[in-house]
Amino acid sequence: MSATVTPKVLTANALLEGDVVYLAPDGGWTRQHDRALLITDAATAELHLLDAAARGHEVVGAYLADAKAGPKGPEPIHFREVFRTRGPSNYAHGKQERA
Amino acid sequence: MYRYSEFDADFLRNRVAQFRTQVARRIDGSLTEEEFKPLRLMNGLYLQLHAYMLRVAIPYGTLNGAQMRQLAMIADRWDRGYGHFTTRQNIQFNWPALRDVPDMLAALADVGMHAIQTSGNCIRNVTADHFAGAAKDEVADPRPVAELIRQWSTDHPEFQFLPRKFKVAVTGHADDRAVTAAHDIGLRLVRRDGALGAAVLVGGGLGRTPMIGKILAEFVPMADLLPYLEAVVAVYNLIGRRDNKYKARIKITVHETGIDAIRAQVNAEFAARKPLFSGVDQALLAEITAHFAPPAFSDQGVGGFAADYAADPVFRAFVDTNTAPHRHPDYTIATISLKAHGATPGDCSSAQMRLIADLAAHYAHDEIRISHEQNVVLPHLPKRHLKAVHQALLGAGLATANIGLLSDIIACPGMDYCALATARSIPVAQEIATHFDALKLEHDIGPLKIKISGCINACGHHHVGHIGILGLDRAGVESYQITLGGDGGPDAVIGERAGPGFAYDQIVPAIERILRAYLGLRMGRAESFLAAYRRVGMEPFKAALYGAGGAEADAA
Repeated sequence: MSATVTPKVLTANALLEGDVVYLAPDGGWTRQHDRALLITDAATAELHLLDAAARGHEVVGAYLADAKAGPKGPEPIHFREVFRTRGPSNYAHGKQERA
Repeated sequence: MYRYSEFDADFLRNRVAQFRTQVARRIDGSLTEEEFKPLRLMNGLYLQLHAYMLRVAIPYGTLNGAQMRQLAMIADRWDRGYGHFTTRQNIQFNWPALRDVPDMLAALADVGMHAIQTSGNCIRNVTADHFAGAAKDEVADPRPVAELIRQWSTDHPEFQFLPRKFKVAVTGHADDRAVTAAHDIGLRLVRRDGALGAAVLVGGGLGRTPMIGKILAEFVPMADLLPYLEAVVAVYNLIGRRDNKYKARIKITVHETGIDAIRAQVNAEFAARKPLFSGVDQALLAEITAHFAPPAFSDQGVGGFAADYAADPVFRAFVDTNTAPHRHPDYTIATISLKAHGATPGDCSSAQMRLIADLAAHYAHDEIRISHEQNVVLPHLPKRHLKAVHQALLGAGLATANIGLLSDIIACPGMDYCALATARSIPVAQEIATHFDALKLEHDIGPLKIKISGCINACGHHHVGHIGILGLDRAGVESYQITLGGDGGPDAVIGERAGPGFAYDQIVPAIERILRAYLGLRMGRAESFLAAYRRVGMEPFKAALYGAGGAEADAA
């Protein structure tokens, strides 16, 4: 049995645009954190990470980031991950301009 | 400025063609990221927090109008309509798509620009005094030496796999605006008995282990300079540590080996290498030096400059703050601030780039410089045109009279863009600038260099800021450490840490407490913040920051 861990989302950057993406429940990639798959056990998380590494033609630099369940879906915990969900703070560029 | 030969142009076109096929093979799946990453980094392409980033070299910060216009075109066509000028006199585009990068590089090559050696463990873009060739009392223009080093180091077969990156800066002026003491090698051009040579500093650098460069040689004659540099880099290449990334820079090699032992090894290496230099380097240097001959300065006087200066207070403030003495009495060096209060330090829109290009071409001998302080310089501006230039800058939000003042802040991209950052820098700079602008204290405070880095790699040069701010991640919260008394000038000093860090919403009030303490203790307006700090030391500022004995209370 896996040890109890902080839930995770699997995140990376899209190969072509460099945009932040998350693994979605259907196995595809979503640009929205709250539509990501929330992974709650360590063994599954490791499997998804291995799978992402094999999908290097789609994404770059996959890693697991801590997350928590929220009313609309998974929410980031660390401030770096919060910034990655929206874009820079000096201009409304990146994800926030499409939100 | 340096004129590219057909050989240079072919070289660039070939590099772009090579990279175009590499990108195509990455996209079609023939190359893995592991295989592609070193190839993209060799061409200045990083993957950052939200997107790719293309870092373009601006050798020794020198551009002409056509090059600036091309940067504007690239920003509009393939990016978000702006570029970010960095502390290494480069420009970064923050939003390129992978597929477009070969076209961007081709557009750069059309104007003799590239992104080669802006990344990787090689000799990086050589930086120089941004007033080079223009400043009054200059020993010599440092750019011919910088260009010689650029040509020598580009694709140098021996130095493509150094233990770590290697940065060289050159100054030809006693004021040392190139921060030579914070570089792997710093060169200070000097004359001895009328002959030109260089004092060579080695082992400076900021980052995780900040160090001030040490004098390796007081004077190396010009004819010996390139073999001498080659000897230094060769010694480092052999004995520099490769077992630990954090101990691989030459500053650690010098620190662990000792400057005298390094000097002995360099001298032995130099003796072996010098005979191999046939004199081609000196012929090349002479040719390059001719390219950097000063423009034909006009003798049409200063026109209505004095009357405008007397009549227009806004113009007067600009002249007093943003101009520096030129070698020709009828000329001035005008710095265009990219630090309007609340703006992102170093950012320049494509419209602003075009205006600057037009002004340079029309009024200022078509020369532009980028400073490591993230501003733009018109190095050869006749005083009789200064008023017209100022008027044009006013209309474009480029006339902020704040050079060398509190809001002329260096800030790295920080966690708004950079994948390495541990905290944000840009919004801290924006808030400091707008806060003190609202208080109208900036001109009263006078000369002050605030420098902000968003991680210990110190791209924002915080160690040599009079006030340095370092953003860190402390248990999942942004926390800002303050250092005081740093100085990047000829007698460079690493700043001293004031105490425990401050939360994001506490850093601006903390800076205000430091500066109110300074205003209270200075011996008149003539005593700058740095001078006052040197006189009174850390204690009064510590008390202002933490209260009496408060520094221990909230130690992180």
